[in-house]
Amino acid sequence: MSEPLQFVFDVSGENFTSAGEASVTVKKNLRMLGFAPDIIRRVAIAMYEGEINMVIHAGGGVATVTVFPDRIEMVLDDRGPGIADIELAMREGFSTAPDNIRNLGFGAGMGLPNMKRNTDSMKIESELGKGTKITMTVNT
Amino acid sequence: MTVKNIAERLSLRALSMPDPEREATCGYAGDLLSWVMGRAAEGSVWATVMTNVNVIAVAALADTAAVVICEDSAVPDDVISVAKEKGINLFSSELPIYEFCVALSQVIK
Repeated sequence: MSEPLQFVFDVSGENFTSAGEASVTVKKNLRMLGFAPDIIRRVAIAMYEGEINMVIHAGGGVATVTVFPDRIEMVLDDRGPGIADIELAMREGFSTAPDNIRNLGFGAGMGLPNMKRNTDSMKIESELGKGTKITMTVNT
Repeated sequence: MTVKNIAERLSLRALSMPDPEREATCGYAGDLLSWVMGRAAEGSVWATVMTNVNVIAVAALADTAAVVICEDSAVPDDVISVAKEKGINLFSSELPIYEFCVALSQVIK
């Protein structure tokens, strides 16, 4: 009986330009493990959006990616401000990102919808003032 | 058609070309990075005027064949270094995005 393969990343909240490191590493690892390009792409996109969200809104967090026999699971856990209205946050086009982030080509209210679109399941647990935990899976 | 051939045919300036033989199959245009990442097809030539380093991450994640920075939008040196480091084909063109796409459509049909 073998343990599922797991990758854990500390996502720094300091540096917006280094966001994406974890996603690119996961992508590389999944490619080496021989997953189909479409699966890898979906995982990478969902993970990158999550990573960007943690950097923009939560001052960073921890991303854990686990490879199970039938699915890839991503857990993004932060100690940020939490999401006040999850239903509203899920709406395409809704964003609370500041202007400097919008100038970089983000903050268009596409992040959470992109994460949902690219995964087979997505669960958001959030408490105001405590943080947000997002669990996503992509079936393999 | 390979990225190298497209670059020659469209007189693109190579800022980083670690994978000249990469096959490009279609084009995509857009500046909203989240939008592009969710929608640009794998193997596409992505035309944009955005030049921050996140462009390189989006290209890597969406697995585009090449990024073309249009209208001679200035690309910072550190962005070019990251493109080389991550194995991303990055070009610049003086053409506006629309005209670049029109030209691209003539070479990849």
